[in-house]
Parts: sequence; C-alpha cells; structure tokens
Amino acid sequence: MTIRLGVPSKGRLMDKTFAWFADRGLDMRRSGSEREYAAEVAGADVELMLLSAGEIPRELAAGRIHLGVTGSDLVQERIPAWDQAVEVVAQMGFGHADLVIAVPACWVDVATLDDLDVVAAAFRARHGFRLRIATKYHRLVRDFLREAGVADYQLVDSQGATEGTVAHGTAEAIADITSTGETLRANHLKILDDGLIHRSEATLFRARGAAWGAAERAALDQVIGLIDGA
Amino acid sequence: MTDKPAIRAEAARLAAYFEAAGALPFEADLLLPADTLLDLYGEDIRARAYVTHDPDRGEMMLRPDFTVPVVQRHMAGGAEPARYTYAGEVFRTQAAGSNRPSEYLQVGYELFRRDDPVAADAEVFALFSEVLSPAGLRAVTGDIGILLAAIDSLTTTDARKAALRRHVWRPRRFRALIDRYTGRAPVPPARAALVETVQARDAATLIAEGGPEIGLRSAADIAARIEALAEDAAAPPIPAAEAEVLGVILSLKAALPDACEQLRDASVDLPGLSPAVETFAARIAALDDAGIDVAGLPFEASYGRTTMEYYDGFVFGFLAEGRADLPPVATGGRYDALTRILGGGRSIPAVGGVIRPELLRRVMTEATA
Repeated sequence: MTIRLGVPSKGRLMDKTFAWFADRGLDMRRSGSEREYAAEVAGADVELMLLSAGEIPRELAAGRIHLGVTGSDLVQERIPAWDQAVEVVAQMGFGHADLVIAVPACWVDVATLDDLDVVAAAFRARHGFRLRIATKYHRLVRDFLREAGVADYQLVDSQGATEGTVAHGTAEAIADITSTGETLRANHLKILDDGLIHRSEATLFRARGAAWGAAERAALDQVIGLIDGA
Repeated sequence: MTDKPAIRAEAARLAAYFEAAGALPFEADLLLPADTLLDLYGEDIRARAYVTHDPDRGEMMLRPDFTVPVVQRHMAGGAEPARYTYAGEVFRTQAAGSNRPSEYLQVGYELFRRDDPVAADAEVFALFSEVLSPAGLRAVTGDIGILLAAIDSLTTTDARKAALRRHVWRPRRFRALIDRYTGRAPVPPARAALVETVQARDAATLIAEGGPEIGLRSAADIAARIEALAEDAAAPPIPAAEAEVLGVILSLKAALPDACEQLRDASVDLPGLSPAVETFAARIAALDDAGIDVAGLPFEASYGRTTMEYYDGFVFGFLAEGRADLPPVATGGRYDALTRILGGGRSIPAVGGVIRPELLRRVMTEATA
C-alpha cells in the first residue's frame, strides 16, 4: 500500500516542488507527455497525483490524498478549522507571498487598521453603504478584521485583477496576495502598517483524515526520514 | 437525540403562552434578502448565516433570526402598542467540529410600545421569567443604556464619544480607545507625524503627493479626516477620575438594588449619568410591581456587550446553571435604534426576546433524569 501525494500540476510551483523533493532523494517526473496529468516518483512508496494547487486543500480535507503541497494561504482560507484537518509536515521555503490589506496611496490619513476602521465609519455615514474591501480570501480577511475590531466594512468578491478594483470604483480597499508589493504600487495602493494578514509559503501538509494504516504510516516515515535527512 | 415532535410541541406551548398574553402570531419567510441583514449586522453575519444566491433577487439568507422581519412588518403599519409572537426555524453556521445545531427553533415575543418603556421592559422580562420558571434557570440582566449614558457623560469631544459609542460592542477596541483618549496609550507614530506635518504644510498638497485620487473616497473626505485628527490631537485627555468611574461601571456586577446604589454613587462623579440611573431605578420598581424578586436578580453591566449590537437598553438572558457549554436558553432586550434604522425615518421603542425550546426541553429533561 502506498500513500498518495498531491502536488501542483503546473508552473513554477510544480517545478520548485519537484526540485525540493529531488534535493531530498525523491525523484519525481511526469510520465508521458507534458499534457498528461500523471507522474511517477522514485525513491519511496508514494503515488504522485498532479492536481491544481487550488484543489489540493479540498483533497486534503476530504482525506483523498495523504500528503499535499500547496500554499498555506489556500489551506487556511478553504479548510474550516484547518489545523484540525491537516498538519504541517514541512515549510518548503518557496512560494512566499503575503496576504495584506492595501488602501489608496492618496489616503495619507490612513496608516493602520485603527485608521481604516474610523474611515469606514465616516464612509458609511457619507455614502450610505459599507466601505468595500475586494478580496478572494473571505474567511482569512473577515477573521482578521473581526479580531482587530474593524467595523462598517463589507467584502466584495474579486477572483482576479483585485488591485484594479479601487481604480475601477468597485472597491475602496483590497486584501490580496503580494510578494514584492510592485503591483500594488503600480496601482497606487499602499499596505497598512499592521495590515499583514498571513505570510504564505508552499507547505507540505499531512491529511489527518486520510486512511493511515500500518503500511501508510511506514511510507510516511520513509518520506519524513528523507526530508529530515536533507 | 433530537426529538423534533416534542420540541415542536414545546414551541407551540410557548407560543400559545405568549398569545394568551396578548401577542399576535407572526410568520416570516425562511429566505430573506441578504442586503438588509448585511447592512445591519455587517460581515460577521455572513460568517454566521447561510447565504445563498437567487439568479433574479441576488443574495438571499436563510433566516438567521426573526427580529428584522418582525420589525419591518410592524414598521409597515402595525397597531400601537403591538405585541407579536412567532415560532420557527432559524439557521446559523457553526464552527467546524462544534456539536451545536445549525438549525433550531426560536419562539419569540416582541413588544412595540411608545409610552412607559420600563413597564414594557418589565412586561417582557416577567413573561419570560414565568414561562421559564419550571426550568430553574439563572437569570441575568444588563443595561446598554447605562453604558451609552456613561459615555455621553464623559468630559470629551463629540467625535470621541461617537467613537466610543460605536465600539461599545467590541470591548477590546473600546479599551484601546479609552487608553488613547485618557493618554495612557501613546498616539500612533504615523498619526502624530501626520498631524505635525500638516501644521506646516497644506493638506491638499500632502494628499496629492500621496498619489492620484482613486476610488470613491475623495480628497475632500481625506482633508476632513486630517482636520479631525488635528482637532483630536489638540483635545485634552479624558480626566483620569472619569475613566476610572467608567471602568467601575463596566465591571459592575451586583443584585439590582445594590447595583442601583453603586450607579447612584457613580453619578456623583459623572452627573450626566443621572437620568439613565433614574430609568434604571424606575425599571427595578416596574419589575418589582410585575412580581419579580428584584433583590435576587443579578445585574452585570457588561452583559450583552459581545452579542448582537442592536440592543441599546435593558438586556437579559436565562442560562442553564453550571452549563457554560450551552448557549443561553433565552435572551432578549430593548432595540429602539434598530426600529429607527429599519423604519425609514420613523421609529418606535421596542423590546423583546427569544427562547430556544430545544434547549429548554433539554435542561428540563436532564433536571428530572
């Protein structure tokens, strides 16, 4: 019996994942053509599943894969009580990105969440609706703002090009992933001083709810042995 | 373990009791337009309610409570005074792994009455107290009106009072504001720097240097806030003695008559508090008239502060003794401001509460087991 390991099926995230495991003696490669989503692994009793990075949290939560590589942001956003469903096996040291709250750079009076809260109250009084924050990370942003005691805002869904929503007049602020901040600056946005919601990184997770028999645990020990030996 | 027919029968019994007290039966839709609820409760309700989508009507919510529909219905032309009762399912999402039900019955009683608010408070509390009495629950009361009056009595600017009022339901942020306004906590460095800069330089230039104007918040809005920040920086701190009295009020826990005495003491230092304390005293008399043992009824000034932010006066709860794991069996309170928000310019004082029949039955069954 082998354990199933889900890894991102394309792009830099896949390449870096393959390289990360290769450094640890687990050789992964695609079987067949570039277009085929099947892969093999040599060096351990592991079955490789190529999946979209966005699907990996769901597969982990359902226990259909034993291990999975994806961004910690996606796991925390998509799995309710994520730490009860999965366990971090290793932080992989790439795919770094920060989920942050950003506001127009011309808001010189706004530097902190406290300012954002005050501005939201005034905005609602003036415009008759709550200040809009565009994001696709609804759960993380809402939990963060509740914890910080920010009121009078609403989240508007934005699945892409979120930085442009403020200029287009569909939001007043955004919460999105950034690695260098360059796109934010180009869109005349600035990050709040205390607006860091989550520091995301590619992470190897273990699904607590997968079938963990003696054979699977032995295979896991083998993988962990290789990782720890690196 | 859910015995739905028995819980329904319990709900019907409670509703019949409220009808016998003069309430009209009220029915509400299960699917409610989400926008009103979202505007009223904010994003938190989205995390706690089931949101669904209708291709034509947009976002809809599975009824998270009856308060909004009952207020809307009354504001659309109810008699005065009016009493309503309802019994039906409400839906709340629960945390992962929580054993709490996400669908349960609520039976409520709501009273819309313009005159004699303390008599209305007492009427609602006494009805709940009587119908719940076989369960041996622990009652607790609070008064958001006292907290709001205490804030209004502080020697400080209207802007600061408004900020404190707005965050009375978020104790952590409230605490942070008090610390700032009393000078215990420093002004955030970025804000202090901005206020200093704007003394020497024109706000409009500063805003233009920040970046191009994007979004609905205009340069004029930003300039107005900068001005407000400068005014706030120049405002003297809230006197330490007043902040101390506010702290005493917030942590006050005593039986009603004793609490009333302590509040009278507090109004020596915060004279503006007196009208609210007199209302408080009048309510004790009204509760006493309604047959409530006021000497044995606890008051906790901060009760109701972390729940729904529409209560703005008398609040109460009935809790299962020694069962901190269970939600309150019944809760209620006064929500005058909510009728103003939903009334489109009109308002009427209102007070009411809800009972969860499945919890009531469980507590009573366990007590006899």
